[in-house]
Amino acid sequence: MSLHPIFAALRKHKSGVILITLQIAFTLAIVCNALFIIGKRIDNVGRPTGLEESDLFLVSQQWVGAPSGDEPKGAKILENMQLEDLATLRNLPDVAGVTPINSLPLYPSAWSGSVGGRPGNGSIEVPDASIARVTYYFVDDKALDVLGAKLVDGQFFHAQDVMSLQARAQSRPSAAVITRSLQEKLFPGQSAVGKPIYIDGATLPVLVTGVVDRLQGPGWATDFAWNSVILPVRRASSFTRYAVRAKPGRIEAAMKAVPSALYATNPMRVLTDESIKSFADIRASAYEEDIGMAIVMSVVCVIMLAVTTAGIVGLTSFWVGQRYRQIGVRRALGARKIDILRYFQVENLAISIGGACLGIVLAFALNILLMHYFDLDRMPLSWVVVGVAIVLLLG
Amino acid sequence: MFGYYLQLAWRSLKRSPGLTVLMIVAIAFGVSASMTTYSVFRAVSGDPIPWKSSRLFVPQIDVWGPRSRRKGSVEPTEALTYTDATALMREHRAKWQSALYAISPSVVPAGSGAHPLKSDGHAVYSEFFPMVDAPFLFGGGWSADDDRQRAPVAVISSKLNQKLFGGKNSVGFPLNIDGKEYRIVGVLDNWNPQPRFYDVVNTNGFTNGTDDLFIPFERSIEANIDNDGNTNCAEPAKEPGFAGLKRSSCVWIPFLVQLDDSAAVSAYRDYLQGYANNQRKEGRFAWEPNNRLRDMPAWLEYQQVAPRDTKVSLMVALGLLVVCLINTVGLLLAKFLRRSGEIGVRRALGAPRRAIYAQFLTEAGMIGIVGSVLGLVFTGVGVLGVGWVLPRNIAVLAKIDLSLLAMTLLVALISAVLAGAYPTFRASMIQPALQLKSN
Repeated sequence: MSLHPIFAALRKHKSGVILITLQIAFTLAIVCNALFIIGKRIDNVGRPTGLEESDLFLVSQQWVGAPSGDEPKGAKILENMQLEDLATLRNLPDVAGVTPINSLPLYPSAWSGSVGGRPGNGSIEVPDASIARVTYYFVDDKALDVLGAKLVDGQFFHAQDVMSLQARAQSRPSAAVITRSLQEKLFPGQSAVGKPIYIDGATLPVLVTGVVDRLQGPGWATDFAWNSVILPVRRASSFTRYAVRAKPGRIEAAMKAVPSALYATNPMRVLTDESIKSFADIRASAYEEDIGMAIVMSVVCVIMLAVTTAGIVGLTSFWVGQRYRQIGVRRALGARKIDILRYFQVENLAISIGGACLGIVLAFALNILLMHYFDLDRMPLSWVVVGVAIVLLLG
Repeated sequence: MFGYYLQLAWRSLKRSPGLTVLMIVAIAFGVSASMTTYSVFRAVSGDPIPWKSSRLFVPQIDVWGPRSRRKGSVEPTEALTYTDATALMREHRAKWQSALYAISPSVVPAGSGAHPLKSDGHAVYSEFFPMVDAPFLFGGGWSADDDRQRAPVAVISSKLNQKLFGGKNSVGFPLNIDGKEYRIVGVLDNWNPQPRFYDVVNTNGFTNGTDDLFIPFERSIEANIDNDGNTNCAEPAKEPGFAGLKRSSCVWIPFLVQLDDSAAVSAYRDYLQGYANNQRKEGRFAWEPNNRLRDMPAWLEYQQVAPRDTKVSLMVALGLLVVCLINTVGLLLAKFLRRSGEIGVRRALGAPRRAIYAQFLTEAGMIGIVGSVLGLVFTGVGVLGVGWVLPRNIAVLAKIDLSLLAMTLLVALISAVLAGAYPTFRASMIQPALQLKSN
């Protein structure tokens, strides 16, 4: 069958064809970019943190009228208060393990700095690739089981490694455990175990004793999300956090038991509704924006595809209706039903392909615009292929 | 005649209900998606203090030098060191100025049995309150004398006043903050500016909480109340503790000044330049002065307070509107041209082009009106639904108000008429002779 009569017919109602082509092109351009955004956000949300996430929660509390952790005497008192809290929490029936910690992955609060494989010059800054930005986690020897991180090399801390430090002291920790991605950055292709690292531009090293598979930083640390350093340090501060692992399935009971147990140990402290947060909640609020954006984009995509499909159906049926007489003539001249059907299918396909071609160009133009203004990444071709497939299917 | 056109339009629309519904729904969806995302965008890009934002400025001083900057950036740090903040306060060159830092001390309610609370707030200078036009329910701010004497005074929010004192006038009452006694001098009226323009550095603009507590800056420092916001350091502090932080080059203190005219602005610019030059002479800075003095709108823009997602969403939603309009144009065109015969007859019987215009624009307008009413409903649902989808701190800001409703109606009507314009034009161009002959 020759395409000539189709194009001749299309030329007859130019404006209608142009409108449909435009609509398909715009739909393709926007849907491609929206799908791309959705895909990126879902990828983001799906990344594992390296924690055993169920049955884990975080307790943040603050003592009232406690001494300052900046002086040795105050620090000693605070250390004892902290040990008391830890003992209380560990004795709860539904609790499997507890570690003091400054923050958890995806939690917005974080202590970050820089670590290098060579002695530093006293500065935290990251001048070149040999020094990595990192997130620090200050924990005790129980942390590996509490967090559920996977040790892939070396060993974790022993009880005697754990140091008590004044709140803001810059003393040198006795050991460090780093993530695999940090190992790859500082010691490419080698094991970091037994090697020295230099923290925050220090001139004296800390030895790496172990490597964990992965441990994510705070949600905002997009360019160093996987560079984490675990240090065996308890900070003496009037503000403390504890990561608690509940016994399997007992997280709710454990979370409920915490406030009264802590108040019973020492009532002069602040515990609010926000103080006890399950890791599921931490994860949900960290990715709130990503999930929201994915939903908004999905809704827009669905509406747009529905409108475009309905529009094409409407216009096609109108055209068919307009050409009843023509169809009648063709049928009378011996065309079969299948020929008529094929004629309209080919016509639709031609319009769809035209729209798709224009749409691909528009999709990349829009992507470039978004990249320029909103730091979006370049869209890989695969997303466009997906978009084209959808649009052609609709046609 | 208009009544007749309405009747004609109604009949024509009834003739193909599927197509009509499709056009109405398309317009409604396009308009409501755009207006919903616009309501969010409007909420996050609004000016929190429109009557004086152009007179509020944020000074920045380059304390770290070019070495510590990210590649390609020439921007100085966003907050000040304790050293610089207190120097700017001491020299007092602006009309009003205040260094501030985020605090989150405990507050112990009077009476036994109640557990201590945590109260977020800021340590500020007395000039902060007139500078940001904070409204007071009872009492007022403290005096410059209180600043100097590090007086234990406090201003609390109406929310905290409600919680602690049941909402009565608590001025003069004692308040236990971090184990020490303060005297309440003022209770703020409902005041929760969003974005939190005076401390963008620590809030990124939008926060769920309110600032419940304000105490004098120097007093807070003396009482060792910790910085609850970000502390950024280019090198570790050389001495431990709060004392070490105060002497370090770490930046953690936002600063706000009010400058009333352009002369004052350029004088302050010169002053900052001179200050940085002096520091250079004294050997503290080893680089050229590199200061900034942005006014509030420029500062909010620079800090990218409006989340990018809201802009991308708005753009995509506008794209949806365009697609919906093209869709409607196509459908109307099909619909109108199908009635070529009818148009031919009317023209042949003496109807001028104008009449054809009027008739078909009426039809398009009708679709527009129904579409806009439906769009209004969808927008309402959309704005309410925003709370399910967006982070709470942003979702609560998106509100339906009269101007949004009016705009929705207007956008819908304009889009419908725009969508109707080309098909109407084509319809009016129909040659009656051709149509009559072919029928």
